[in-house]
Amino acid sequence: MEDRQRLNRLRWRCTRRAMLEMDLLLGEFLDRVFPTLTPAQADSFVALADMEDLELWPLVNGSRECADPVQAEVLALLRTVRVK
Amino acid sequence: MSKLSIPVRKFDAVIVGAGGSGLRAAIQLSEAGLKTAVLSKVFPTRSHTVAAQGGVSASLGNSEEDHWHWHMYDTVKGSDWLGDQDAIEYMCRKAPEVVVELEHFGMPFDRTDEGKIYQRPFGGHMSNFGEKPVRRACAAADRTGHAMLHALYQRNVRANTQFFVEWMALDLIRDESGQVLGVIALEMETGEVVAFHAKATVFATGGAGRIFYSSTNAFINTGDGLGMAARAGIALEDMEFWQFHPTGVAGAGVLITEGVRGEGGILRNSTNERFMERYAPNAKDLASRDVVSRAMVTEINEGRGCGPNKDFVLLDITHLDPATIMKRLPGIREISIQFAGIDPIKAPIPVVPTCHYQMGGVPTNYKGQVVSDNGTPVRGFYAAGEVACASVHGANRLGTNSLLDLLVFGKASGDTVIEDVRSGELGLKDLPANFADFTMTRLNRLNTQTGGANVNETRLELQRTMQKHCGVFRFKDMLVEGVAKILEIEKAVARTEIKDKSQVWNTARVEALELDNLIEVAKATMVSAEARKESRGAHVRDDAPDTAANPNGRDDVGWHKHTLWHRDGNQLKYKPVIMKPLSVESIALKTRSY
Ligand SMILES: Cc1cc2nc3c(=O)[nH]c(=O)nc-3n(C[C@H](O)[C@H](O)[C@H](O)COP(=O)(O)OP(=O)(O)OC[C@H]3O[C@@H](n4cnc5c(N)ncnc54)[C@H](O)[C@@H]3O)c2cc1C
Repeated sequence: MEDRQRLNRLRWRCTRRAMLEMDLLLGEFLDRVFPTLTPAQADSFVALADMEDLELWPLVNGSRECADPVQAEVLALLRTVRVK
Repeated sequence: MSKLSIPVRKFDAVIVGAGGSGLRAAIQLSEAGLKTAVLSKVFPTRSHTVAAQGGVSASLGNSEEDHWHWHMYDTVKGSDWLGDQDAIEYMCRKAPEVVVELEHFGMPFDRTDEGKIYQRPFGGHMSNFGEKPVRRACAAADRTGHAMLHALYQRNVRANTQFFVEWMALDLIRDESGQVLGVIALEMETGEVVAFHAKATVFATGGAGRIFYSSTNAFINTGDGLGMAARAGIALEDMEFWQFHPTGVAGAGVLITEGVRGEGGILRNSTNERFMERYAPNAKDLASRDVVSRAMVTEINEGRGCGPNKDFVLLDITHLDPATIMKRLPGIREISIQFAGIDPIKAPIPVVPTCHYQMGGVPTNYKGQVVSDNGTPVRGFYAAGEVACASVHGANRLGTNSLLDLLVFGKASGDTVIEDVRSGELGLKDLPANFADFTMTRLNRLNTQTGGANVNETRLELQRTMQKHCGVFRFKDMLVEGVAKILEIEKAVARTEIKDKSQVWNTARVEALELDNLIEVAKATMVSAEARKESRGAHVRDDAPDTAANPNGRDDVGWHKHTLWHRDGNQLKYKPVIMKPLSVESIALKTRSY
């Protein structure tokens, strides 16, 4: 798959989610923060986006600990996104 | 031979949609041994049903005395007498059965100390025909929809249901007699267009809340089922009725469940007054959704809103024990922190009425069969869930009746399909020669359009127009103007242009195709709303005020009837409300007050 196709698939999975909260948060992140990530962080974000919303949400809001250091970096960045 | 040929796959039944209603229907079909395909734009457990936090209603009577007949009364009253009483009786009587069945599928309901399903109070749920609030909502913490979808999905895996994930259905296939023979769908990963040829087609595509600018609905709710049905010549029923949820987070739209008020949350205005005491002395903050929304908007319009622009009110739970908040409403606390910047243990949450639920939809009967204007079933076509209008919600849905609707009518539609297939009523009829032409012409138009309209801008204009001209309060001139504007936007939608013409994961194409569906829903809504000259349930017009002859602006002589919008010429027809229940006496028209 080409990069553009991969990015489109990621966009679909970030903005067609179960919960509006996650559409807003991940969509915003994809546009604003994703292009600045390191390759390792980018892979980690793709894995996060593959999670279900109610698994991901506790990681985003910090109510569940994250053991993986790269994922923790990405989650910290995700937490800085403020939805208008 | 088809002029434009595409691959064809054959099934006994094809279900479009893998939310609660689609999955519930699929269990019936697969367990009965029918070869069943379920199509979904996303992985099943990512369907929007996950977002349902509050609960599912059933008169189990686990916490105090309750009865399905009281539930039925509340639902008829909630619907402002626009709901069909045969379907409402059917749903309320079936509720305990489908909820207990769901428990057996593995649904982790909250429990009472004695181990029964815990039930909480909820807006509009009353005992003894409207006397006082009753605990009728069954929940799994504030993850009811998520837990329900997982239970249903697991059951489908066991039954070998065949899923087609990240596929988008584009159009219905109908033959000359009007019989539905399946759908044409697009696989996103390859861009391939395929016909799903089936004896029975079930729509379970969910709602279309994204026609509004401010909505609690996830982006996926683009009304695809409604668009497909309308393009195939099926009427859409009661599309002027949209429920606005009283408590969307001001700004983001994100929903704060009624369960918060069920646990004791209180709405306050800028003077810190508990204003619902004035509007609904009995039910107070637990009054029906439209009553609460209207009260909030009135407070704001009369200058008692909060914040620098006085444009929201406050939902206060600071008086609750923090332990209760953490135990019963943990998700709500998280949402409030992320999207309003407020910890509700310490300060009240800013909220406004926000578009939430579509009462109208594809007309069905209580067996889940799609019906034509005169009530006869459209052969081979079934629908359940938010896309369908049975009509159990009428002019206004009671909270928690939607998850119930998914279970009851998902199951009923499945059972009817089985009956129709087994009795030989439905065979696999040949596809008409030109079955793919309409869809392929549509796709070809999109691929070759030049100098056309931008998809995002057109969608935004559509959403802003709906919000401004057809929101929670409606005004005659704005509606008339709204119709003209939407018809103008329709022209732009007909000439959308995408730059990306590729096949694999072309999300621009998919979004343009979603917009084709949104515009059908927007037209149906605006045209139906402009025409209905009364106020009823969620449809509240400034020029249909509360008078002695027409309490709350409701005009039963002129308007106690269902709207049927036809795409062809935006024609409107009407049909009577079914007032005769299946076994009990009719619940006679009465003024709706709480
Ligand atoms: C925030 C929120 C909270 C809610 N809380 C409650 C509650 O507490 N209690 C309650 O009773 N109700 C609640 N509701 C309402 C209720 O959740 C919904 O009405 C219900 O879940 C809709 O279920 P469904 O099966 O009809 O559709 P959905 O769950 O929306 O599923 C639709 C399915 O159709 C698929 N689909 C759509 N279009 C296509 C296409 N073109 N091709 C292929 N697949 C397609 C989607 O991929 C998806 O799988 C809530 C709604 C919201 C928005």
